[in-house]
Amino acid sequence: MSYAPALSACPACSAAPLAQSIANKPASVTAVQLSLPGIHCAACIAGVERALLALSGVTSARVNLSLKRVTIEAPGLESETLIDALAVQGYEALPLDADLLNANQDPTGRALLVRLAVAGFAMMNVMLFSVAVWSGASAATQVMFHWLSAGIAVPALLFSAQVFAKSAWNALKVGRLNMDVPISLAIILAAGLSVFETAQGGTHVYFDAALSLTFFLLVGRYLDHRTRVAARSASQELTALETPRAIRIEDGARQHVSVGDLALGDTIAVLPGMRLPVDGTVIDGSSDLDRSLLTGESLPVHVTRGAALAAGEMNLTGPLTLKITATGEDTTLRRMAAMVEVAEGARNRYTALADRAAQIYAPAVHLLALVTFIGWMVIGAEVSYALNIAISVLIITCPCALGLAVPAVMTAASGRLFRHGLLVKDGTALERLAEVDTVIFDKTGTLTTGQARLDAGQLEEDTLPLLATLSQSSHHPVSRALAAALPDDITPAQVEDIRERPGLGVGAKYHGQTVRLGKGSWVGAEASPAFRMGTAPAVPLHYRESLREGAQACIRGFKAAGFTPKILSGDTNHATQKLAKTLGGIAAQGELTPQGKTQHIQSLSDQNHRVLMVGDGLNDTAALRAAYVSISPASALDASRAASDFVLLGTDMAALPEAVRLARSARARVLENFAIAAGYNMIAIPIAVMGFATPLSAAIAMSASSITVLLNALRVR
Amino acid sequence: MNVLFILVPVSLILSGVALAAFLWTLRASQYDDLAGDAWRILSDEDSPAPKPPRDQTPK
Repeated sequence: MSYAPALSACPACSAAPLAQSIANKPASVTAVQLSLPGIHCAACIAGVERALLALSGVTSARVNLSLKRVTIEAPGLESETLIDALAVQGYEALPLDADLLNANQDPTGRALLVRLAVAGFAMMNVMLFSVAVWSGASAATQVMFHWLSAGIAVPALLFSAQVFAKSAWNALKVGRLNMDVPISLAIILAAGLSVFETAQGGTHVYFDAALSLTFFLLVGRYLDHRTRVAARSASQELTALETPRAIRIEDGARQHVSVGDLALGDTIAVLPGMRLPVDGTVIDGSSDLDRSLLTGESLPVHVTRGAALAAGEMNLTGPLTLKITATGEDTTLRRMAAMVEVAEGARNRYTALADRAAQIYAPAVHLLALVTFIGWMVIGAEVSYALNIAISVLIITCPCALGLAVPAVMTAASGRLFRHGLLVKDGTALERLAEVDTVIFDKTGTLTTGQARLDAGQLEEDTLPLLATLSQSSHHPVSRALAAALPDDITPAQVEDIRERPGLGVGAKYHGQTVRLGKGSWVGAEASPAFRMGTAPAVPLHYRESLREGAQACIRGFKAAGFTPKILSGDTNHATQKLAKTLGGIAAQGELTPQGKTQHIQSLSDQNHRVLMVGDGLNDTAALRAAYVSISPASALDASRAASDFVLLGTDMAALPEAVRLARSARARVLENFAIAAGYNMIAIPIAVMGFATPLSAAIAMSASSITVLLNALRVR
Repeated sequence: MNVLFILVPVSLILSGVALAAFLWTLRASQYDDLAGDAWRILSDEDSPAPKPPRDQTPK
């Protein structure tokens, strides 16, 4: 941007080659965002910003430590350049898709904070005036304070309490009662009664009660919102981290473009280690692909020219050039994900604890106020007096403790879960997790890392040198796994005519005999991979999957908590049973189709079990939806993460039993909070019904119950 | 009771100033990175210069 004035100020300069080259650069300032997973302190902030600002072309760089992100304004610089500059300084940086992250600012949160601030400051002032009235101001002074309170409270309420009124109106329009209905009614009646009393020169005004009710409830609302936003921005970041860029080949030139800019018929390059962003046909190169996320297969598949590939597959070994056949919503992956039937699971029928409390609370309180009114009329009170008492009952039953009871606990609990590496995505997820009684795991990618390790112990001594030679000559993932599994002290055997047959294996001549290592059908064995020397029978090589970190501890934790964990997998029965044995002999079932998994979970639900499903692949998506509550690891497919209630951001599975324990503790605190709120009402209601309620007692009951509930929420551990 | 004619406006003005100050800090994005700002004061390079407004850059 800074070049532009110079160009326009001196037209002659535009002829100069230097100026020309500058003018050719895109003029728009583009903000690049990078994720910095490793930063944690002041030195990191300073280091990252210094490294970036040292680059020519970077106009500003600002680290946000809460989000672990840096926003850079660097016109004309590729994000790869910035990432390299940070890598030199030892900071790991990952590109983020800016389009997915423009919700960086949070307008709703700010609006709530503004309302909260207005309600808070108005409350303080009105409370100040109320104290004067309570301590004995009378006659003209009392009337003046009432009018002053009205002047502050009415505009403040009109502005701040809108949130509740709107939500209550929306609920009433569809014929439902939510917590906001009694809240709005209490606020409106308290303010209305107070304005009326003020005009009449009466003694009982509840402006402070109406304002503190609004204030405490907005605190609850804001906490609730914060938790949701934190979860949403973290899951957006996960999505934004995935295949944000693709390499497009145009007239032989390679160009980094955003995946959204790719069109049908474009040619793209997919390097080893990249996940396919789109569907396409291979026009050049050959490689092995990891399809485990789509199918649950743990062995890679070989592809060459002409093969049709689907988005979501991971390129493992060689560079591929693809012609795009489908992008965006049309890719096989998205269509499959969309076709996954939205199982009408138990979760859709779940009513949040707060709503259940509201369903009891709202009718009870309104009925009580009505009964009070009728009762006072019957014993011969005036209409205005009876109305006054009925309204004071509505005010003093204070739904504010109820409004805080759930959000305060959930905020505390999700904060703790986040520190364990678990992200809560759904509002009622924690409540549902607390009720779980059955735990089901997927195998590949969930309990295991999905990378196969060959079991070297089963091989005969004299074939080891030969295997070492063959496996080292190939870059196939299985060969490399075999090479890594062999003991280090083996001298590779001398062979002749060693050749890799793509998609089949490695063959060679050893002392005149043909030796082969590769696919079962090619070698002559029933299972893959296998090894054969000369005319001797083929030896299948068994592989072992490496467990995810903490998988053992996770299963142990669930067992200790009284659960019987079970594995449901799409992989072979043999592999599944073997893993179950490694994990301490838990129940396992293999060779299940995605429908099979879903049916299994449905039948458990029909027997009134509440199932926790932990899975990652596309074949788990339907099962994740059908379960009562579901968790997927961060490495899972987008569709699976979208279907689950929790995302495990860290790699450590041991956090899961801990999460269930924490959820139960949170549920206990919520119920305690309801009990506390009910206890306060037990004392306050008789006082109000008998007509002894004063604005002072309302203020005390409201503040005391809100603060007790907030303190109790902090006991979640 | 005449003192009220001074005290009441004073209390109103003071809380008005506090409210305005809070709204200003909110608008100046001071609550966007609470964790980072807590560390930044330890850095020698930290300057009181205001950072560029964030919503200036269309994405």
